[in-house]
Amino acid sequence: MKFLPLIWAALWRKKTRTVFTLLSIVVAFLLFGMLQGVNAAFNSAVDRANVNRLMVANATAFTESLPYAYLTQIESVPGVSAVSQQSWFGGYYQDPKNFVFSFPVEPLRWRRIGTEYRIPEDQFDAWVRTRTGAVVGAQLAAKYGWKIGDRVPLHSVIWTKAGGGSDWEFDIVGIFTSPEFASRENQFLFNYSYFDEARVFGKGRVGWLVVQVADPRASARIAAAIDHLFANSPDETETKTEKEFQQSFLKQIGDINFIVTRILFAVFFSLLFATGSSLMQSMRERIPELAVLKTVGFTDAGVLRLVLAESVMLCVLAALAGLAAAALLFPALRDAIGVVTLPRAVLAEGVVIAVLLALATGLLPAWRARRLSIVDALAGR
Amino acid sequence: MAAIISLRNVVKRYLRGKQSVEVLHGIDLDIETGDFVALMGPSGSGKTTLLNLIGGLDTPSSGEVSVAGVRIDALGGARLARWRARNVGFVFQFYNLLPQLSAQRNVELPLLLTSLSAAQRRRNVQAALAIVGLSDRAHHKPSELSGGQAQRVAIARALVSDPTLLVCDEPTGDLDRATADEILGLLQTLNREQGKTVVMVTHDPKAAEFATHQLYLDKGELVSRSTKAVA
Amino acid sequence: MAGLANQIAAVTVNNLRSVPQRAGVSAVIVIGIAVTVAVLVSVLAMATGFGKTLANTGREDRAIVLRGGSQSELASTLSRENTLTIPDARGVRRSADGKPIASAEMVGIVSLKQKATGTKANVTLRGVGPKAFDLRPEIHLVAGRLFQPAVRELIVGKAALGQFEGVDLGRRVTIHDTEWTVVGVFDSGGGSHESELMADAETVLSAYRRNLFQSATVMLESRQAFDAFKDQLTTDPTLSVDVKRETEYYAEQSKQLSRLLFFVAYIVGGIMAVGAVFGALNTMYSAVSARALEIATLRAIGFGALPVVISVFVEALALALIGGALGAAAAWIFFNGSSVNTLGSNFTQVVFQLTVTPSLAMSGIVLACIVGILGGLFPAIRAARLPIAAALRAG
Repeated sequence: MKFLPLIWAALWRKKTRTVFTLLSIVVAFLLFGMLQGVNAAFNSAVDRANVNRLMVANATAFTESLPYAYLTQIESVPGVSAVSQQSWFGGYYQDPKNFVFSFPVEPLRWRRIGTEYRIPEDQFDAWVRTRTGAVVGAQLAAKYGWKIGDRVPLHSVIWTKAGGGSDWEFDIVGIFTSPEFASRENQFLFNYSYFDEARVFGKGRVGWLVVQVADPRASARIAAAIDHLFANSPDETETKTEKEFQQSFLKQIGDINFIVTRILFAVFFSLLFATGSSLMQSMRERIPELAVLKTVGFTDAGVLRLVLAESVMLCVLAALAGLAAAALLFPALRDAIGVVTLPRAVLAEGVVIAVLLALATGLLPAWRARRLSIVDALAGR
Repeated sequence: MAAIISLRNVVKRYLRGKQSVEVLHGIDLDIETGDFVALMGPSGSGKTTLLNLIGGLDTPSSGEVSVAGVRIDALGGARLARWRARNVGFVFQFYNLLPQLSAQRNVELPLLLTSLSAAQRRRNVQAALAIVGLSDRAHHKPSELSGGQAQRVAIARALVSDPTLLVCDEPTGDLDRATADEILGLLQTLNREQGKTVVMVTHDPKAAEFATHQLYLDKGELVSRSTKAVA
Repeated sequence: MAGLANQIAAVTVNNLRSVPQRAGVSAVIVIGIAVTVAVLVSVLAMATGFGKTLANTGREDRAIVLRGGSQSELASTLSRENTLTIPDARGVRRSADGKPIASAEMVGIVSLKQKATGTKANVTLRGVGPKAFDLRPEIHLVAGRLFQPAVRELIVGKAALGQFEGVDLGRRVTIHDTEWTVVGVFDSGGGSHESELMADAETVLSAYRRNLFQSATVMLESRQAFDAFKDQLTTDPTLSVDVKRETEYYAEQSKQLSRLLFFVAYIVGGIMAVGAVFGALNTMYSAVSARALEIATLRAIGFGALPVVISVFVEALALALIGGALGAAAAWIFFNGSSVNTLGSNFTQVVFQLTVTPSLAMSGIVLACIVGILGGLFPAIRAARLPIAAALRAG
């Protein structure tokens, strides 16, 4: 650490150049933080998927429905500990812009699967008892100021009710939280029995099934057993782990990871030149000073370390500033991606990349500094 | 007194382009502990080359260089660097201070290579600055110092690790007469009172008068040697 | 004035000749700008391509009818009675046999493997009525033949054929335990129907065991006939429908993604441009300091500050233009015409091509010039203020 003032002073030898180089790195890492953050947010559903869960969807396309009867058939497959079902309701509140992630479910079945939700017992009981009852996530409730006892209308873009209209009324009987999966707190869950009785078409069919298995190592075998059960029927199934299901869903949107990686590759490619050229210039201008260091007894390896340390300091400091800026700006994207904080893994990844960048750009000037001959440098050759 | 510096049949060749140029042709030289030697000679005579060999900045093409009993021609890169850090202080014509560091930090440089604590380093730096009479300029940058002051800082840097040998290359070449005399006086004091052996390259006969001995080099050979008692 | 012009020309030309000696530093400005422009242009090319595909699908004189309140065909349902009422409305063009040119359609979804990623994606299987090809004269077969009613046959759009596996001519596709044969390949002039499979509506309905349609599309007598058509449907008490011109419907479908892509392009491109400005500033400052002696000499022998300032600007702009042109060219060479697909409003894939238009390339080059000007500004000022005597002495 005693070399710190020396490294620091060398870094600021040409202030304008250092400031601009620093700012280019800051900007690159700001972009890195934002883009990787968005990418990670999209992938977090995949990364955090429950290993005990299988998703059963119609083999023709996962938007096609399945018969309700499949539920009990799958419950009797050995190794299956619980089955729940969901459908896409496509609801919005008051205005099409206020889209609500709403699903009809069976409360008792849902609770056996949904271990990540927390809901007070009395509220859950009220939900089971109330035909038009709904439970909503804490974030969603806060967004629209909903309280227990409120009667809330949702408009479905898909489902029409017997007697006409697509406006469905629900009584809010409970509010749940999901400490580990904040995005779940945007959900709106209501009774499947109410939904199925009231809808005009599609009766007796559900969107997809969620299967809890006792032993995740048996997942592949159980998935095959489920699909075998319905082979050659009009509604063949395709059973995947929750992780595979999330992945294939993301791939439908497009390869976000691919685009982000390409853009960042381009950004760092140009940064490599900007930083490398700046460090190289700085090294060239300091040849006499580096020779002095060697004269007073710094070894070749010592000088190499000093120059490398300088580039590491430059890159890491700038990267930290850029990542901090990204972390500050990230909450602004909340509405678009639903995640509030920049994942910590992205910060760690950023620091690692900064060190790699420093080594890649610093190695050449550091090597030249190491090779520098004192006699030639002092003589100005 | 015993010879602190001893050169035997030292030859130095350089490659300039494709040509090999022999700069020193078999130098034999002994310098005693406590001597103040002025190395003189015309441009291109090999003065600086000889000085660099004595200071361990360069190694001979053949021959032996021993300083304080150590065969420095046999030392390789890192060991030679460590040897320089302990045994030699350097003073250059253009001071060669690091422009972005304060006087104090410049003087401290050689101490960074020792295991001294920050407090010990600070004490030694203050002592060195006191010897050259610049205690009040510790926090100034080189650009804020006059030429004479900058050279004093450079001398303090050369002294701070308490080497036995000071190697000076035209230390007054960039200074006016009065300032030059001050610097030379300082070197003389260090030689007399602290027992430092001083080897100084100069082309200025007035500067050479401060030395106890003068060596003349021409075309890569020692041509004469004179000892002059100084008042 | 002539004297000044001569001065400017002399200093500028002389300076540009010296740029190759500073190639390393000059590369920073060129590469920084090239990369920025390449990213900006390629993301905009995505937005342009997607918009163009959807714009090619719609015509002013066609109207699409959905159930009221549904924003896309997928969410919509129309009963068989409704699909019989709708074509009889005012303003619908009739063919030689006197029947209205209209098609009641059912949108089924098939999951097909994407060639690029190997993962499955939703593809539209559009069940169309007998007049569908009078309705959409832009659709024509490029291989095979048309499907026959009541037989499980389908035709595949050329873009879908390119992106998805298992839909080549003669292949069989399994849908709800029924086997369908691909009998033809069609082209629809670059529209989004090219990302779809098409078959006879009644046959598709039976395979999906449904009796509800999703949409009805009609050909109007003229563009102006739209209002009459719409009025009649929206005032009919037996119907609860939304009526839109196709152009309007498809513009709405592309709006969201286009907006997102433009946002990404300008935010990412903007941030990268800021980074490129910093790189350019460094390049130009070091160019000025490399030229310090030359500039001081010129000033000492009587050249004005203006020619020096202009020579710095010209250098920055020239390098920026090279970078901008390289970036735009790279975007064009690597991405123009490459097909990508994303999820459209029916929850099915829309295949489109990245389109680098001359105007996109120009906007990239304009950005490059802005970066060049900003990057040259302060260094030019420094060049003009260079203390002549100090520079001469240092040199």
